Amino acid sequence: MTMRIGVVTFPGSLDDGDAARAARIAGADVVRLWHGDPDLHGVDAVVLPGGFSYGDALRCGAIARFAPVMETIIDAARGGLPVLGICNGFQILCEAHLLPGALTRNQHLHFRNRDQFLRVESTDTAWTNGFTAGQEILIPVKNGEGCFVAEERTLDQLEAEGRVVARYLRGNPNGSQRDIAAITNEAGNVVGIMPHPEHAVEALTGPSLDGLGFFTSVLRALAGAPAGAQAGGHQ
Amino acid sequence: MARVVVDVMLKPEILDPQGQAVANALPRLGVTDVSSVRIGRRIEIEFDGTPDLDRAREIADKLLANPVIEDFTIHVHEDATAEVA
Repeated sequence: MTMRIGVVTFPGSLDDGDAARAARIAGADVVRLWHGDPDLHGVDAVVLPGGFSYGDALRCGAIARFAPVMETIIDAARGGLPVLGICNGFQILCEAHLLPGALTRNQHLHFRNRDQFLRVESTDTAWTNGFTAGQEILIPVKNGEGCFVAEERTLDQLEAEGRVVARYLRGNPNGSQRDIAAITNEAGNVVGIMPHPEHAVEALTGPSLDGLGFFTSVLRALAGAPAGAQAGGHQ
Repeated sequence: MARVVVDVMLKPEILDPQGQAVANALPRLGVTDVSSVRIGRRIEIEFDGTPDLDRAREIADKLLANPVIEDFTIHVHEDATAEVA
Protein backbone atom coordinates (compact mmCIF):
# COMPACT_ATOMS: atom_id res chain seq x y z
CA MET A 1 0.00 0.00 0.00
CA THR A 2 1.25 3.45 -0.82
CA MET A 3 2.18 5.49 2.21
CA ARG A 4 0.45 8.78 2.82
CA ILE A 5 2.62 11.75 3.77
CA GLY A 6 0.85 14.87 5.02
CA VAL A 7 2.30 18.31 4.30
CA VAL A 8 0.98 21.15 6.44
CA THR A 9 0.27 24.60 5.06
CA PHE A 10 0.34 27.44 7.59
CA PRO A 11 -0.36 31.06 6.73
CA GLY A 12 3.08 32.05 5.43
CA SER A 13 4.34 28.59 4.46
CA LEU A 14 6.54 28.84 1.35
CA ASP A 15 7.97 25.41 0.76
CA ASP A 16 4.86 23.27 1.19
CA GLY A 17 4.63 22.77 -2.59
CA ASP A 18 8.25 21.64 -2.81
CA ALA A 19 7.85 19.34 0.20
CA ALA A 20 4.78 17.78 -1.36
CA ARG A 21 6.59 17.28 -4.67
CA ALA A 22 9.59 15.72 -2.91
CA ALA A 23 7.33 13.27 -1.08
CA ARG A 24 5.59 12.43 -4.35
CA ILE A 25 8.89 11.86 -6.19
CA ALA A 26 9.95 9.56 -3.37
CA GLY A 27 6.85 7.50 -4.02
CA ALA A 28 4.34 8.64 -1.42
CA ASP A 29 0.75 9.71 -1.75
CA VAL A 30 0.64 13.32 -0.60
CA VAL A 31 -2.13 14.73 1.56
CA ARG A 32 -2.19 18.49 1.95
CA LEU A 33 -3.05 19.43 5.55
CA TRP A 34 -4.44 22.82 6.58
CA HIS A 35 -3.29 24.57 9.76
CA GLY A 36 -6.85 25.24 10.90
CA ASP A 37 -8.01 21.63 10.53
CA PRO A 38 -7.03 19.39 13.46
CA ASP A 39 -7.76 16.22 11.45
CA LEU A 40 -4.65 14.45 10.08
CA HIS A 41 -6.78 12.50 7.57
CA GLY A 42 -5.07 9.21 8.32
CA VAL A 43 -1.57 10.16 7.12
CA ASP A 44 1.38 7.92 7.98
CA ALA A 45 3.87 10.78 8.40
CA VAL A 46 3.88 14.58 8.45
CA VAL A 47 6.18 17.24 7.03
CA LEU A 48 6.19 20.76 8.50
CA PRO A 49 7.58 22.85 5.64
CA GLY A 50 9.77 25.93 5.50
CA GLY A 51 8.52 29.47 5.25
CA PHE A 52 7.42 32.18 7.63
CA SER A 53 4.39 30.85 9.46
CA TYR A 54 2.25 33.69 10.82
CA GLY A 55 4.85 36.09 9.45
CA ASP A 56 7.33 34.98 12.12
CA ALA A 57 5.50 37.44 14.38
CA LEU A 58 6.72 37.28 17.98
CA ARG A 59 9.28 34.52 17.25
CA CYS A 60 9.67 32.02 14.43
CA GLY A 61 7.24 29.17 14.98
CA ALA A 62 5.82 30.59 18.22
CA ILE A 63 2.29 31.08 16.95
CA ALA A 64 2.17 28.12 14.55
CA ARG A 65 2.80 25.87 17.52
CA PHE A 66 -0.76 26.66 18.69
CA ALA A 67 -2.44 26.00 15.33
CA PRO A 68 -5.25 23.41 15.57
CA VAL A 69 -3.35 20.98 13.35
CA MET A 70 -0.31 21.21 15.63
CA GLU A 71 -2.26 20.18 18.72
CA THR A 72 -3.04 16.91 16.92
CA ILE A 73 0.46 16.53 15.50
CA ILE A 74 2.08 17.04 18.91
CA ASP A 75 0.01 14.19 20.37
CA ALA A 76 0.58 11.96 17.36
CA ALA A 77 4.33 12.66 17.37
CA ARG A 78 4.52 11.65 21.03
CA GLY A 79 2.76 8.45 19.95
CA GLY A 80 5.37 7.70 17.29
CA LEU A 81 4.11 9.41 14.11
CA PRO A 82 7.12 10.35 11.96
CA VAL A 83 7.36 14.15 11.72
CA LEU A 84 9.98 16.09 9.74
CA GLY A 85 10.29 19.82 10.38
CA ILE A 86 12.28 21.69 7.76
CA CYS A 87 13.58 25.22 8.56
CA ASN A 88 10.47 26.99 9.86
CA GLY A 89 9.14 23.51 10.61
CA PHE A 90 12.23 22.87 12.79
CA GLN A 91 11.52 26.13 14.62
CA ILE A 92 7.91 25.03 15.18
CA LEU A 93 9.04 21.66 16.57
CA CYS A 94 11.32 23.41 19.07
CA GLU A 95 8.57 25.83 20.08
CA ALA A 96 6.25 22.83 20.55
CA HIS A 97 8.89 21.20 22.80
CA LEU A 98 8.96 18.12 20.60
CA LEU A 99 12.65 18.92 20.14
CA PRO A 100 14.99 20.60 22.64
CA GLY A 101 16.75 23.92 22.18
CA ALA A 102 15.80 26.89 20.05
CA LEU A 103 16.70 28.56 16.76
CA THR A 104 17.96 32.12 17.10
CA ARG A 105 19.05 34.91 14.79
CA ASN A 106 22.08 33.99 12.67
CA GLN A 107 25.17 35.15 14.53
CA HIS A 108 26.31 37.40 11.70
CA LEU A 109 22.73 38.73 11.24
CA HIS A 110 22.78 37.95 7.51
CA PHE A 111 20.27 35.78 5.74
CA ARG A 112 22.23 32.82 4.32
CA ASN A 113 21.18 31.23 1.07
CA ARG A 114 23.58 28.70 -0.47
CA ASP A 115 24.22 25.05 -1.17
CA GLN A 116 25.53 23.47 1.99
CA PHE A 117 27.47 20.32 2.69
CA LEU A 118 26.26 18.29 5.67
CA ARG A 119 27.48 15.13 7.32
CA VAL A 120 24.71 12.71 8.28
CA GLU A 121 25.63 11.74 11.83
CA SER A 122 22.71 9.53 12.76
CA THR A 123 20.90 7.01 10.61
CA ASP A 124 18.79 5.83 13.55
CA THR A 125 15.81 8.02 12.69
CA ALA A 126 12.69 7.55 10.65
CA TRP A 127 13.95 10.19 8.21
CA THR A 128 17.62 9.20 7.77
CA ASN A 129 17.74 5.40 7.86
CA GLY A 130 18.48 5.29 4.13
CA PHE A 131 21.75 7.18 4.51
CA THR A 132 25.11 5.80 5.59
CA ALA A 133 26.45 7.10 8.88
CA GLY A 134 29.05 9.75 8.07
CA GLN A 135 27.71 10.25 4.54
CA GLU A 136 28.29 13.73 3.10
CA ILE A 137 25.34 15.31 1.36
CA LEU A 138 24.74 18.64 -0.40
CA ILE A 139 21.42 20.44 0.02
CA PRO A 140 20.42 24.13 0.06
CA VAL A 141 20.30 26.20 3.23
CA LYS A 142 18.33 29.46 3.43
CA ASN A 143 17.56 31.05 6.76
CA GLY A 144 17.87 34.16 8.87
CA GLU A 145 17.22 32.48 12.21
CA GLY A 146 18.90 29.13 11.94
CA CYS A 147 21.40 29.33 14.78
CA PHE A 148 20.69 26.32 16.98
CA VAL A 149 21.25 26.98 20.70
CA ALA A 150 20.66 24.86 23.78
CA GLU A 151 22.13 24.50 27.25
CA GLU A 152 25.50 22.75 27.39
CA ARG A 153 23.85 19.93 29.30
CA THR A 154 21.27 19.46 26.53
CA LEU A 155 23.95 19.56 23.83
CA ASP A 156 26.00 16.94 25.70
CA GLN A 157 22.90 14.78 26.03
CA LEU A 158 22.11 15.09 22.31
CA GLU A 159 25.66 14.04 21.45
CA ALA A 160 25.71 11.18 23.97
CA GLU A 161 22.42 9.78 22.75
CA GLY A 162 23.32 10.05 19.07
CA ARG A 163 20.57 12.58 18.47
CA VAL A 164 22.61 15.01 16.39
CA VAL A 165 21.29 13.94 13.00
CA ALA A 166 23.38 16.18 10.72
CA ARG A 167 26.18 18.71 11.08
CA TYR A 168 27.32 21.54 8.82
CA LEU A 169 30.50 20.79 6.90
CA ARG A 170 32.93 23.25 5.30
CA GLY A 171 31.49 26.30 6.99
CA ASN A 172 28.72 26.91 9.48
CA PRO A 173 26.14 29.19 7.84
CA ASN A 174 24.53 30.59 10.99
CA GLY A 175 26.71 29.99 14.03
CA SER A 176 24.80 26.94 15.27
CA GLN A 177 26.33 25.44 18.38
CA ARG A 178 28.55 22.45 17.59
CA ASP A 179 27.70 22.92 13.89
CA ILE A 180 24.33 21.26 14.45
CA ALA A 181 22.07 21.27 11.38
CA ALA A 182 19.53 18.63 12.42
CA ILE A 183 18.46 16.82 15.58
CA THR A 184 15.96 14.16 16.58
CA ASN A 185 13.85 13.32 19.62
CA GLU A 186 14.55 10.33 21.87
CA ALA A 187 12.40 7.97 19.82
CA GLY A 188 13.90 9.00 16.46
CA ASN A 189 10.54 9.69 14.83
CA VAL A 190 10.70 13.50 15.04
CA VAL A 191 13.50 15.23 13.13
CA GLY A 192 14.16 18.95 12.74
CA ILE A 193 16.54 20.12 10.02
CA MET A 194 17.46 23.68 9.11
CA PRO A 195 18.63 23.14 5.50
CA HIS A 196 16.15 22.07 2.83
CA PRO A 197 16.21 18.48 1.57
CA GLU A 198 13.01 19.11 -0.42
CA HIS A 199 14.95 21.49 -2.70
CA ALA A 200 17.43 18.77 -3.69
CA VAL A 201 15.30 16.10 -5.28
CA GLU A 202 15.53 16.97 -9.00
CA ALA A 203 18.60 17.58 -11.17
CA LEU A 204 16.99 20.60 -12.86
CA THR A 205 16.45 22.66 -9.72
CA GLY A 206 18.69 21.23 -7.00
CA PRO A 207 22.42 20.94 -6.40
CA SER A 208 22.04 17.16 -5.96
CA LEU A 209 19.41 14.51 -5.37
CA ASP A 210 20.61 14.00 -1.80
CA GLY A 211 17.46 15.41 -0.25
CA LEU A 212 15.38 12.55 -1.58
CA GLY A 213 16.96 10.24 1.00
CA PHE A 214 14.93 11.84 3.80
CA PHE A 215 11.66 11.06 2.07
CA THR A 216 12.59 7.55 0.92
CA SER A 217 13.86 6.83 4.45
CA VAL A 218 10.50 7.51 6.02
CA LEU A 219 8.76 5.32 3.47
CA ARG A 220 11.21 2.56 4.34
CA ALA A 221 10.65 3.10 8.06
CA LEU A 222 6.89 2.93 7.57
CA ALA A 223 7.09 -0.15 5.39
CA GLY A 224 9.45 -2.17 7.48
CA ALA A 225 11.12 -2.36 10.81
CA PRO A 226 10.83 0.53 13.25
CA ALA A 227 13.24 3.38 12.66
CA GLY A 228 16.72 2.53 13.79
CA ALA A 229 16.23 -1.21 14.04
CA GLN A 230 17.49 -1.86 10.53
CA ALA A 231 19.55 1.25 9.94
CA GLY A 232 22.97 0.28 11.28
CA GLY A 233 24.75 2.29 8.61
CA HIS A 234 24.08 0.14 5.56
CA GLN A 235 22.45 1.45 2.44
CA MET B 1 -7.58 50.64 32.28
CA ALA B 2 -5.69 47.57 33.31
CA ARG B 3 -2.44 47.21 31.48
CA VAL B 4 0.16 44.58 32.19
CA VAL B 5 3.62 45.04 30.75
CA VAL B 6 5.73 42.04 29.87
CA ASP B 7 9.42 42.60 29.20
CA VAL B 8 11.15 39.79 27.36
CA MET B 9 14.94 39.61 27.19
CA LEU B 10 17.32 37.02 25.80
CA LYS B 11 18.99 35.17 28.65
CA PRO B 12 22.37 36.68 29.50
CA GLU B 13 24.27 33.67 28.20
CA ILE B 14 22.56 33.79 24.78
CA LEU B 15 24.45 35.84 22.22
CA ASP B 16 22.44 38.86 21.05
CA PRO B 17 23.88 39.68 17.62
CA GLN B 18 21.34 42.48 17.12
CA GLY B 19 22.47 44.23 20.29
CA GLN B 20 26.07 43.67 19.32
CA ALA B 21 25.51 45.25 15.92
CA VAL B 22 23.99 48.30 17.60
CA ALA B 23 26.87 48.49 20.07
CA ASN B 24 29.32 48.34 17.18
CA ALA B 25 27.53 51.25 15.47
CA LEU B 26 27.64 53.57 18.49
CA PRO B 27 31.21 54.81 17.94
CA ARG B 28 29.97 56.28 14.66
CA LEU B 29 27.76 58.55 16.77
CA GLY B 30 30.76 59.47 18.84
CA VAL B 31 29.66 57.24 21.71
CA THR B 32 32.68 55.41 23.03
CA ASP B 33 31.75 54.59 26.61
CA VAL B 34 29.17 51.84 25.96
CA SER B 35 30.44 48.32 26.47
CA SER B 36 27.30 46.33 25.71
CA VAL B 37 23.81 46.66 24.24
CA ARG B 38 21.12 44.01 24.55
CA ILE B 39 17.79 44.20 22.78
CA GLY B 40 14.54 42.81 24.12
CA ARG B 41 10.83 43.16 23.53
CA ARG B 42 8.14 44.96 25.50
CA ILE B 43 4.59 43.66 25.25
CA GLU B 44 1.57 45.48 26.68
CA ILE B 45 -1.53 43.46 27.49
CA GLU B 46 -4.77 45.24 28.33
CA PHE B 47 -7.31 43.36 30.42
CA ASP B 48 -10.97 44.34 30.47
CA GLY B 49 -11.23 44.42 34.25
CA THR B 50 -8.66 44.03 36.98
CA PRO B 51 -5.32 42.88 35.61
CA ASP B 52 -4.77 39.22 36.26
CA LEU B 53 -1.05 38.85 36.86
CA ASP B 54 -1.18 35.09 37.10
CA ARG B 55 -2.82 34.79 33.72
CA ALA B 56 -0.43 37.34 32.26
CA ARG B 57 2.45 35.26 33.61
CA GLU B 58 0.98 32.15 32.00
CA ILE B 59 0.55 33.95 28.67
CA ALA B 60 4.13 35.14 28.85
CA ASP B 61 5.50 31.74 29.76
CA LYS B 62 3.56 29.87 27.10
CA LEU B 63 3.62 32.28 24.20
CA LEU B 64 5.33 35.64 24.64
CA ALA B 65 8.69 34.28 25.74
CA ASN B 66 10.53 31.09 24.89
CA PRO B 67 11.90 30.03 28.29
CA VAL B 68 14.65 28.06 26.55
CA ILE B 69 16.37 31.26 25.47
CA GLU B 70 14.47 34.15 27.08
CA ASP B 71 13.62 35.55 30.52
CA PHE B 72 10.65 37.78 31.19
CA THR B 73 9.39 40.14 33.87
CA ILE B 74 5.85 41.33 34.46
CA HIS B 75 4.43 44.44 36.05
CA VAL B 76 1.16 46.33 36.13
CA HIS B 77 1.30 49.62 34.32
CA GLU B 78 -0.54 52.30 36.28
CA ASP B 79 -2.29 54.39 33.66
CA ALA B 80 -0.79 57.72 32.60
CA THR B 81 0.57 58.66 36.00
CA ALA B 82 3.53 56.88 37.53
CA GLU B 83 6.07 56.57 34.73
CA VAL B 84 8.94 54.78 36.31
CA ALA B 85 12.49 55.57 35.53
